[in-house]
Amino acid sequence: MLKTFKKGGVHPPENKISAAQPVEVLPLPAKVIIPLSQHIGAPAEAMVAKGDRVKTGQLIAKSAGFVSANIHSTVSGIVESLEPVMDSSGYKRPAITINVEGDDWEPSVDRSPNLKKEITLSAQDIIKKIAEAGIVGLGGATFPTHVKLSVPAGKKAEMLVINGVECEPFLTSDHRLMLEKGHELMIGIQILMKALNVPKAMVGIEANKPDAVSHLQSLAKSYSGIEVQPLKVKYPQGGEKQLIKALTGREVPSGGLPIDIGAVVHNVGTALAVYEAVQKNKPLVERIVTVTGKNLAHPSNFLVRIGTPVSALIAAAGGLPDDTGKVVSGGPMMGKAVSSIDVPVTKGTSGILVIPAAESKRKPEGVCIRCAKCVSVCPMGLEPYLLYRLGQRMQYSQMEVERVLDCMECGSCSFECPANLFLLDFIRLGKVEVGKIVRERKN
Amino acid sequence: MDNRFVVSPSPHVHSGKSTSQLMLNVVLALMPAFAVSIYYFGVGAIIVTLISVLSCVLFEYLIQKFIFKVKPTISDCSAVVTGLLLAFNVPSNLPWYIIVLGSLFAIGVAKMSFGGLGNNIFNPAIAARIFLLISFPVQMTSWPLPVTSRLQYIDAITGPTPLAIIKEGVKNGQTISQMADSIPSHMQLFMGLMGGSLGEIAAFALLIGFAWLLITRVITWHIPVSIFTTIFVFTGILWLINPGIYADPVFHLLTGGVMLGAIFMATDYVTSPMHPKGMWIYGIGIGALTVIIRVWGSYPEGVSFAILIMNAFVPLINRFVKPKRFGAAAISGK
Repeated sequence: MLKTFKKGGVHPPENKISAAQPVEVLPLPAKVIIPLSQHIGAPAEAMVAKGDRVKTGQLIAKSAGFVSANIHSTVSGIVESLEPVMDSSGYKRPAITINVEGDDWEPSVDRSPNLKKEITLSAQDIIKKIAEAGIVGLGGATFPTHVKLSVPAGKKAEMLVINGVECEPFLTSDHRLMLEKGHELMIGIQILMKALNVPKAMVGIEANKPDAVSHLQSLAKSYSGIEVQPLKVKYPQGGEKQLIKALTGREVPSGGLPIDIGAVVHNVGTALAVYEAVQKNKPLVERIVTVTGKNLAHPSNFLVRIGTPVSALIAAAGGLPDDTGKVVSGGPMMGKAVSSIDVPVTKGTSGILVIPAAESKRKPEGVCIRCAKCVSVCPMGLEPYLLYRLGQRMQYSQMEVERVLDCMECGSCSFECPANLFLLDFIRLGKVEVGKIVRERKN
Repeated sequence: MDNRFVVSPSPHVHSGKSTSQLMLNVVLALMPAFAVSIYYFGVGAIIVTLISVLSCVLFEYLIQKFIFKVKPTISDCSAVVTGLLLAFNVPSNLPWYIIVLGSLFAIGVAKMSFGGLGNNIFNPAIAARIFLLISFPVQMTSWPLPVTSRLQYIDAITGPTPLAIIKEGVKNGQTISQMADSIPSHMQLFMGLMGGSLGEIAAFALLIGFAWLLITRVITWHIPVSIFTTIFVFTGILWLINPGIYADPVFHLLTGGVMLGAIFMATDYVTSPMHPKGMWIYGIGIGALTVIIRVWGSYPEGVSFAILIMNAFVPLINRFVKPKRFGAAAISGK
């Protein structure tokens, strides 16, 4: 029987309609908007001025703290402005807008398609290289990768977990990556293993991608210490705590990090970016993005330069359907609805989902009948109905006692609720308020 | 290009489940037992059930429209379920005005006075049944016998329930083996060939409904199974001690309201605990109270009292019994 995590979980319709579409290179747009905050942590500091000429792969904003990330130009052209621009959060945030003139790369980048297997750098140099390349978690969390690789004193990494689960409905970018960039991915995993000094890596892939499972399993035979494990399909298996539980049976402690039980989790996209940075000297300037939706003419997977407007991706996938009601950056369970398709693709954009008007609006809330479905589907063992009530009554300290901070906002509770309660809305509110309480207590 | 999009927080998909869908599945699950009741009790079963369902729905509509002054939500079908369950819990020869009074108590007092669906502490149908049992003890304990008088309503031929026969017999110093002729066999009990409330008699039909509720994932197995297990173990111990005065465990499971109560009444969402650990506590409580009332109480039957009493503990159970949190074991080891 296939492994999976035990507690909770749901089965939203998979809708992987773009799974058979090979990755196509999207042409360069006329203009790219590169936000300075595409990662968790401090926004990067701009290093260019208006009118500067930049090359593809040139460092244009540098990391502004331990938890922060470098940002590179993704095209060659002229810096048009440093004004704040609206990103997928809906707020205007500092960004560098570049008028595209071409694709003149930094000469240090090795753009040949040759596979470079031999890993020559030391663990320390690998982490340094990854930090220089501005790599962040490409699964969507966008936590700076070099920070995750710097194991804190007193902790020891025992195992690398590679996330190829892609449990979000509709999204297929990781699936295509595993099929098309398998060799590079394997080398990327070896590099990460070396950086962490661990002998073992486990790649978790849901069983709805049998081609990716068998492809990587055959590749893994020629690399030492890599095990590819198919998993029973269940959302949210791509959550790192759920993935570790599914693969190893171990639970990350409440309030803790995977490293507390010796695990480090990286997404397959991140592992590919690591390969390109370490072996090819290529910073993170592009990523694979799924553009999909039931009414879209050509659901596709594109290799996209970061900063490309979402509108360009939708145009390349057949244009925005007339009856579009909602555009989501990410998947339907955890993605963010955008207010405009002029917002740019960032490092964390795994997909663009176009939703028809008829399915865009949430149904009105009913009343809670205490059916307990939210409790049974919560993968963290929380009681969403209770947190919702407490949130409505602004009883935030009680929400902390009920462990609201364990919530990863997977949305299983709201998905399942027969009364359409906005459970997650009030849980999110509680997380923000409890976060304030916790910070105040520390100060 | 028109850029006015709906912007709402994730998730952007929904399972499509709805309250009315869940309620309709409960209605469907009750249909096998209803069919058996019609077969055994005839017109009485139809008349009582119709009056009960219609009056429950009507009272819910009227109270919401004229007292709460809100848009009536009878389309969620919760009043239909209450009406069916109330009918299933009374004799099939109950006069119409008593049924209507029961419906008024179920909807008006037990449900709406607490704020309506989702807010009531006690199961409305159980509360109404007990209200009627206390107010109309004679009418509520005259049990039409199955099959004998299918065309009569009020004047159906009545007789005692197996539980009452045993209670009375033991009180008069008889042993159970001496009463064997007047007690139906296990097979007859399983098929529902005994006196009893309209919908509680046929264990096999109620178990078909249980299977439907499990298949459609309306309920989980925890509450019914914990009640069955507790009753079986508790009465089994008593039976092993003295089979002369204590009935065997299978008899206890198949008689009275155990099947109907455990499968359909105790599992009422609003008045039962929210996760398996709490459900076990609740189920064990119902099972134990049922046996205590049946064996040592003054009533022959105890399921509805047991459920009502345990309903009162549900807020407490939800407050103090928490599901196992992810990562909790690891943290307590620190």
